Amino acid sequence: MAAHAASELWQLSAAEASRLLADREISSVELTDACLERIAAVDDRISAYITVTADLARQQATDADRRIAAGDASPLTGVPMQIKDLLCTNGIATTCASRMLAEYIPVYDATAVARLREHGAVLLGKGNMDEFGMGSSTENSAFFPTRNPWDTGRVPGGSSGGSAAAVSAGAAPFALGTDTGGSIRQPASFCGVTGLKPTYGRVSRYGLVAYASSLDQVGPIARDAADCALILQSIAGHDSRDATSLPDAVPDYSAALTGDISGLRLGVPSEYFAEGMDAGVRAAVTAAIDQLAALGAEIREVSLPTTQYALACYYIIAPSECSANLARYDGVKYGYSHQGDGDMWEAMERTRQHGFGPEVKRRIMLGAFALSSGYYDAYYHKAQQVRTLIRQDFAHVFEEVDALAAPVSPVVAFPIGERTDDPVRMYLVDVYTLPVNMAGLPAMSVPCGFSNGLPVGLQLIGPHLSEDRLLNIAHTYQQATEWHRERPGI
Amino acid sequence: MAYKYETVIGLEVHAELSTNSKLFCNCEVKFGSEANTQTCPICLGMPGVLPVMNQRAVEFSIRAALGLNCKIASYSKFDRKNYFYPDLPKGYQISQYDLPLAYDGHVDYELDGETKRVRINRIHLEEDAGKLVHADVTGNPNQSYVDFNRSCVPLLEIVSEPDLRSPAEAIAYWRAVKEILEYVEISDCNMEEGSFRCDANISLRPVGSKELGTRTELKNKNSFQHVMTALEYEEKRQARILDQGGKVIQETVLFDINTGRTASMRSKEEAHDYRYFPEPDLVPFEVDAAEVERIRAALPELPAERRKRFVEEYGIPTYDAEFLTATRQMADFFDETARLSSDPKGSSNWIMGDLSGLLNNAGIEIQDAKVTPAHLSELIELIKNQTISGKIAKSVLPDVFETGKTPKQIVEEKGLSQISDASAIESIVDQVIEENPGPAQDYRDGKQKAIGFLVGQVMKATRGKANPQMVNQLLQQKLTG
Repeated sequence: MAAHAASELWQLSAAEASRLLADREISSVELTDACLERIAAVDDRISAYITVTADLARQQATDADRRIAAGDASPLTGVPMQIKDLLCTNGIATTCASRMLAEYIPVYDATAVARLREHGAVLLGKGNMDEFGMGSSTENSAFFPTRNPWDTGRVPGGSSGGSAAAVSAGAAPFALGTDTGGSIRQPASFCGVTGLKPTYGRVSRYGLVAYASSLDQVGPIARDAADCALILQSIAGHDSRDATSLPDAVPDYSAALTGDISGLRLGVPSEYFAEGMDAGVRAAVTAAIDQLAALGAEIREVSLPTTQYALACYYIIAPSECSANLARYDGVKYGYSHQGDGDMWEAMERTRQHGFGPEVKRRIMLGAFALSSGYYDAYYHKAQQVRTLIRQDFAHVFEEVDALAAPVSPVVAFPIGERTDDPVRMYLVDVYTLPVNMAGLPAMSVPCGFSNGLPVGLQLIGPHLSEDRLLNIAHTYQQATEWHRERPGI
Repeated sequence: MAYKYETVIGLEVHAELSTNSKLFCNCEVKFGSEANTQTCPICLGMPGVLPVMNQRAVEFSIRAALGLNCKIASYSKFDRKNYFYPDLPKGYQISQYDLPLAYDGHVDYELDGETKRVRINRIHLEEDAGKLVHADVTGNPNQSYVDFNRSCVPLLEIVSEPDLRSPAEAIAYWRAVKEILEYVEISDCNMEEGSFRCDANISLRPVGSKELGTRTELKNKNSFQHVMTALEYEEKRQARILDQGGKVIQETVLFDINTGRTASMRSKEEAHDYRYFPEPDLVPFEVDAAEVERIRAALPELPAERRKRFVEEYGIPTYDAEFLTATRQMADFFDETARLSSDPKGSSNWIMGDLSGLLNNAGIEIQDAKVTPAHLSELIELIKNQTISGKIAKSVLPDVFETGKTPKQIVEEKGLSQISDASAIESIVDQVIEENPGPAQDYRDGKQKAIGFLVGQVMKATRGKANPQMVNQLLQQKLTG
């Protein structure tokens, strides 16, 4: 960055901003103001934010500048961020993009948020999303759809669409998203930014409003792999508040970015290049794999035969868990509460009838059905068995290769409204991301080209706790390519 | 009970564990606090929270399960039990479905001098729900409030096999369970505070039949008397239906303590499909066999073993042993007193007699009394070495009970030591013979009984302090000599 005119500061990556802040070339207040101005300039066109916390951001920026001056800074001190509105923020509305929680203000911070706050990151606001994380386009937000900065007539992907769109448009240097079936990777792919879904249990789920507890995971959406490494460093690690969080030590992710992938055994699963995928997506991903080969990776074709069952399996397990997770919204304790003349039961029924949107209700119904007496074995139990097979498939493949390369999605960003009437067609958008959640593996989305002027994402999948390896592959690729530097003209 | 039917009863006993904190959060477990003050985001089911297992609760559960002769599952997990109710903050209860913590146990209990055995099907751990506060408190019949203080308190559910054959057996078994849980110190079993309650199911079948009849269920009872009355009522009601050729409907019945009758509850309650599935927020847990043995080794002696030992080791009657083991504290008290005094029967007599009377009058339990086993054994010792008479001792105990002073102190302060000095007693004996020539002559004439009167006179003159044996001896010498 040659000049640091205030008008350009919003373009900085987290790592660049961190360096300039540490060198006292810019202040966090200047940087935060530049981001807030950028939000003001573009958000009426992309609607990436549900809440903008301008006053709080300036306050936190002032505190961060003081910490930096006192020599008490860590890499993210003073760097602004957006948080998906599915993560609890103490004292700040956390709506989950639902009418049910439109005015809900948590009394505590999610662990991932608390860790970033401790590091001095500055909260710009809360990101739009599909209601409770259920959707692939951010069209299921109860408030408004988010638009893709590359083409505002198209969706940004979902469910973390507001986060990916904000990072893509420069309305946040980075964001925290969540990924249950592809909700970080697929919007990152659609918006041309870098996203990481960590291993299940690597980042605490405490304060992540549960959609599907055995699949949900928090992760970064950022400009590049180096930023993802910085952010993951801050949020990863064991949390005594989450019984499923992993006790394993957190490696130094930035130190893992060696830029060397020679000898890496990279698998390409044939099932991830099936009929019906966009020709442009196929071309871009194939070119990226060739590029990785040129960088020293040894490419091997592999097979994950259970891939075809992942979608059906996911749409049993996730809705089943969601049917219980969303049972707490009954209007008794917090959130939307129907007021009427009826009895207690009617008040609870009406609260849920009016408080939830159609996709959420669809999934609750699907899940309640799959768990009901007489159907449990045929659906939920069977799906768990298939899940085990999917996990074993990956385990076998990872005996032969170090990581997998595949498309994130078979398609690029589609026009708003195109798939809203056809849930199954919408669900197919996530066909290559779902299996990863079923197996609890880490995976990334890395910009790797364009199809008809719209970004394409390369998906890198690794074995459990191989985030450092995936980040290095992505970083090595990004050292050799410019795709991640392409910005929309908005 | 009607002779042609056999009654079949099974109990589900619920006991709140007396851990310091709740099952999945750090909130204190405390009864009687102001509504919703013992709560946090976790036990209120706020969005985004997660449960974390209280390991102490698992340990307590294992202790209880071992006390109830159960096997401990090496692999166990939690499940979500889904239903809507305003007092259930998450809309599901974290419980255990197909892999409970313990299974296959039994409890032996005594009824009418007979030892009977009930098999225990399973024991599982779950979280309690909150409590609705209705019009009698709110003052408004159209409004109810929820108190979540109890939400997430660890609750043990002990499910018996349908081995009970009468309401009296049900109560005796329930009491035996309570006694065991108190002995292993995992629950205070306070029935009034609702920390010990039960669901009962009851059915009748023709005598000799092996098949179970249709049962009805009584929910959430926390009084022995209520369960007894309700079961007796249900027994009669079902017999009447069967006598008339009717069919008992499987349903939950509500017992009204005011009318002494049961009534059918809404059918909505029974149509529940709880849609159980494994709790994804908690990892299944394995209980190490060595850990189970460690807990087993640390278990206190249970009431049945203790009763047996008291009879064998101390040679006291079975009746005494039963009385003394009614509570762990009473049994501890006796055990120590018997050991210190080397007079088990004497100890037993004092505890069952005078001490129990004092406790009853004061309305307190033995562990709350000022009198200790050391006091009581000292008192017994004072009688044995003839410092005081048994009669004086009876007057010393209330003072010890009242003040907590040692018996020796009280005897000294009040000058109650027996007069064992022969010359001191002799002069009083002489005086009594002189003042009562009639009885003295009667004795000389062969009326043995008359000496009792004279002894009484000497004791009266010494205010009970004279050594009665010595008085007797002296009188005999003087009158016959």
